[in-house]
Amino acid sequence: MADQFTHTHAETDVHAMGEVHEHPTWKQYKWVALILTLITVVEVWIYYTPFKESPLFVPVLLIMSAVKFAIVVLFYMHLKYDHKLFKALFTGPLIIAMSTLVALLFLFGKFSGR
Amino acid sequence: MATAAVSPSYARTSSGSPSGIWSWLTTVDHKRIGTLYLYTALAWFAVGGTEAVIMRMQLQGPNGRVVSAEVFNQLFTMHGTTMIFLVVMPLSAAFFNFLIPLQIGARDVAFPRLNAFSYWVYLFGSLFMNASWLVGMAPNGGWFGYAPLTTLPYSPGLNIDFWMLGLQILGVSSLAAAFNFITTIINMRAPGMNLMRMPMFTWMAFVVQFLLVLAFPVITIALVFLQFDRFFGTNFYTITQGADPLLWQHLFWIFGHPEVYILILPAFGLVSEILPTFSRKPIFGYPVMVYSGILIAFLGFGVWAHHMFAVGMGPIADSVFSMTTMLIAIPTGVKIFNWIFTMWGGNLRFTVAMKFAISLVALFTIGGISGVMHASPPADLQQTDTYFIVAHFHYVLVAGSLMGLWGGIYYYFPKITGRLLSEKIGNWHFWLTFIGVNLTFMPMHWSGLYGMPRRVYTYDAGQGWEIFNLMSSTGAYLQALAGIIFAYNIFRSRTHGEIAGNDPWEAPSLEWSIPSPPPDYNFETIPTVTSRYPLWDIKHPELTASVPHSRHGDERNDVSLGGKHVGAFHDHMAAGTPEGGLNPNATQASSKVSLKTAEELGIPMPYPTIKPLWVALFMTLMFASLLLIHKDKLPLAMAGVVTFATLMTGFLYAWLTAPLEPHHH
Amino acid sequence: MTAVASHAHPPTSTGLDHRKIAIWAFIGSECMLFASLISTYLIYKGRSVVGPFPHEACNPPVCATHLNPILNIPVTSFSTFVLLMSSLAMVLALAAVENKGKPGYEGLLGSSKFWLISTAVLGITFLGCQAYEFTSFVHEGLTIRTNLFGSSFFTLTGFHGAHVTAGVLWLITLLAIDIKRGLGPKDALLVDIAALYWHFVDVVWIAIFTLVYLIK
Repeated sequence: MADQFTHTHAETDVHAMGEVHEHPTWKQYKWVALILTLITVVEVWIYYTPFKESPLFVPVLLIMSAVKFAIVVLFYMHLKYDHKLFKALFTGPLIIAMSTLVALLFLFGKFSGR
Repeated sequence: MATAAVSPSYARTSSGSPSGIWSWLTTVDHKRIGTLYLYTALAWFAVGGTEAVIMRMQLQGPNGRVVSAEVFNQLFTMHGTTMIFLVVMPLSAAFFNFLIPLQIGARDVAFPRLNAFSYWVYLFGSLFMNASWLVGMAPNGGWFGYAPLTTLPYSPGLNIDFWMLGLQILGVSSLAAAFNFITTIINMRAPGMNLMRMPMFTWMAFVVQFLLVLAFPVITIALVFLQFDRFFGTNFYTITQGADPLLWQHLFWIFGHPEVYILILPAFGLVSEILPTFSRKPIFGYPVMVYSGILIAFLGFGVWAHHMFAVGMGPIADSVFSMTTMLIAIPTGVKIFNWIFTMWGGNLRFTVAMKFAISLVALFTIGGISGVMHASPPADLQQTDTYFIVAHFHYVLVAGSLMGLWGGIYYYFPKITGRLLSEKIGNWHFWLTFIGVNLTFMPMHWSGLYGMPRRVYTYDAGQGWEIFNLMSSTGAYLQALAGIIFAYNIFRSRTHGEIAGNDPWEAPSLEWSIPSPPPDYNFETIPTVTSRYPLWDIKHPELTASVPHSRHGDERNDVSLGGKHVGAFHDHMAAGTPEGGLNPNATQASSKVSLKTAEELGIPMPYPTIKPLWVALFMTLMFASLLLIHKDKLPLAMAGVVTFATLMTGFLYAWLTAPLEPHHH
Repeated sequence: MTAVASHAHPPTSTGLDHRKIAIWAFIGSECMLFASLISTYLIYKGRSVVGPFPHEACNPPVCATHLNPILNIPVTSFSTFVLLMSSLAMVLALAAVENKGKPGYEGLLGSSKFWLISTAVLGITFLGCQAYEFTSFVHEGLTIRTNLFGSSFFTLTGFHGAHVTAGVLWLITLLAIDIKRGLGPKDALLVDIAALYWHFVDVVWIAIFTLVYLIK
């Protein structure tokens, strides 16, 4: 039952196929929601402060939304706890998509200060 | 064998399954769907080929008068679109459908009804697009449909509407099939069939599905922008509103270049099946063949702008895309050399399939080399938009993809129908094709270098192009003749061909262990696989004895990358009997084996269903309703969209809530 | 070998369900879809030749009349929050289905129906905000035909809205099944794949909110 995709779990339950369990708990879900809300509040708040004019504004926002993105994917989509195959199916395309996006912005001169 | 002559194995094996039109309309059997794909794509090949022949008649000599400039535009647009989306991709899909489950030891694909849906969408989409001929408004903007030339001010007719809606429909088919095959290959392999034991065709098919899944969304969005521009007056491609004329080109080629690999990798996979069988040698460097296929696909996403060197992207972009493009020549070259080394020292049998496979290796290399030539921007600036480019991509797509697919048809026809194609007629087909292809496309290198531009509907005498065009046209007629002979071979051999038996070629992979044509359920017992060449291990152990081929205990079970041990492949239940479930006497004619039906064996098979056909039909009609917008009938168009969308959703719910098969939990 | 023979389906190669692999492959594909839309929006940002513009007012002579900056950050912040909360409701719906009947999953807060309804209602609220946003933009003079910003903005957010709409229909379907026959632990996968889709749509909005609304 073990080829390179098969989970190391000795007894994968064939009937509930796919559910490699150990999902996050209620408590974790609520903490995640709280963190997401707080980051969103900070994002909107700094939009209304003079920090908006700072050169750091864009990088900070990008980092915050990347963190939110990662939290939702890892906990709500429980990728952190799930089969590594799903990680590959998601991160591979995500990397190609983001590289394409960045390459396009470069090709259209979005990084040349125009 | 006397009984075999009277009652071919086809009749025998299909006795348990229904026949007649209704059984084909409702089928969810991957083999029947594959067969439908095969014959539909061959029919479109006849259409696309006819378009090419008319163009070659026009260009045969200077100042040709066979067709008008407008019709010529429609011809080259539909020729390209047809050959790419209605011929080569569906022919590949025919093999994906037929072979993937057989090669991995499965009874069907992961989602049989979705599979039927993919085919029907393809059929209706192709009919929709070609219906444009009936109203005299076939697409005329090139297969690449460059916006803003395809926007309303420059292309006011319905031509482009047919094209963009048709492509959108066909995209649904490809995407649905791709999700299906990804799941099938990941999840339905027989015990022991680990990834590094999969046949090369399945591997290349696997890679292609990822290309489809990642490339098609991009063209979908580019087409959505075009639809919005044409139907709702948005500005995505309106230059006066500040739009960038390069947006379409970038989005199109982000799709378009992976598409090139979508077209060629399945043929590479077929050739990698044919060459080892007829060389009586395992493929040379299997893991490297796998990795180079993956690498070609991955790099394929980073080279798109080499189609756009002439638009002036600047030295940095030109250099980067030039280098990534040249990089792809490395894994491709690896494949070419591995094929040569597979044949090297082999016990070669020159069947028609083998001849097609060898000519792919030889002729694709020519197309590959001219490809490296215009990977260099300065050279490309000379060659772009000339017949040199036409020569290049026909060497990779006709001499590459199509040669591989024809080889695949000669190789797998016996598995599909139970009868061999005639080798005698096949040799005529092969040699006429081989001579015709080279006679057509080799002179185009010269007409191109002498400056003949692409897509011109006629040309004046005295520019040094006459002789090359005459040669090209003659070659095209030879190819047409070859096509007619091929069609005759198929029609004749379907009923009069030699009975094939399970394994007419003494091939190594699982699909040859079962009857031809295979029963509904494929494998009476799901086999256990313990190596890359299960049938050779049983029947011809001398062929595989000295080659590592991922057998149990094989050193290749350990995977290392860059000298670092990164993992190991383990054997599925391999401790038991070797090659469980495989019939060691598989060469015996299948007609001697009395085949049981799935019911007798207690194998649950999916119910036939008409619902995927309805969903596909209503989806096509939903898109087709949008044509009315340009007849200034917006309310009617919207009524059509809503009606058909509702019907589509209704049948989709009916499909999803109906059980797939008996006793399914 | 006969264990895997005729009578049942063999276990899948990975032990995973087909549908879950398919939905993840689909989500991977959607990454490219939204990357194309977002790229186009960003490429065309600042290239509109007429107003209104997203973040700046437009005054004569560039625009015939004074036009306010279009984007309404407070409303969108609220709808962003709503969508985040819908994701919370969605994970709780999945937990309720997986643990139906177990201690700690009694009453309203352990009811899958409650959480499915909540998720759908939050999704509909998000769509309501979007409808409000779109109509108010049209009143302020921005349609999908006005300029590059209008075309790329409405198409990007409209595509996202269409995904939310499909998700709401999916949730309502699940709810109908739940009401008809009750969703239990063995249906967890049905809810799980819907949830994965729903969260992905949320994740896309996280990116859109930052890239379109907050970054000038």
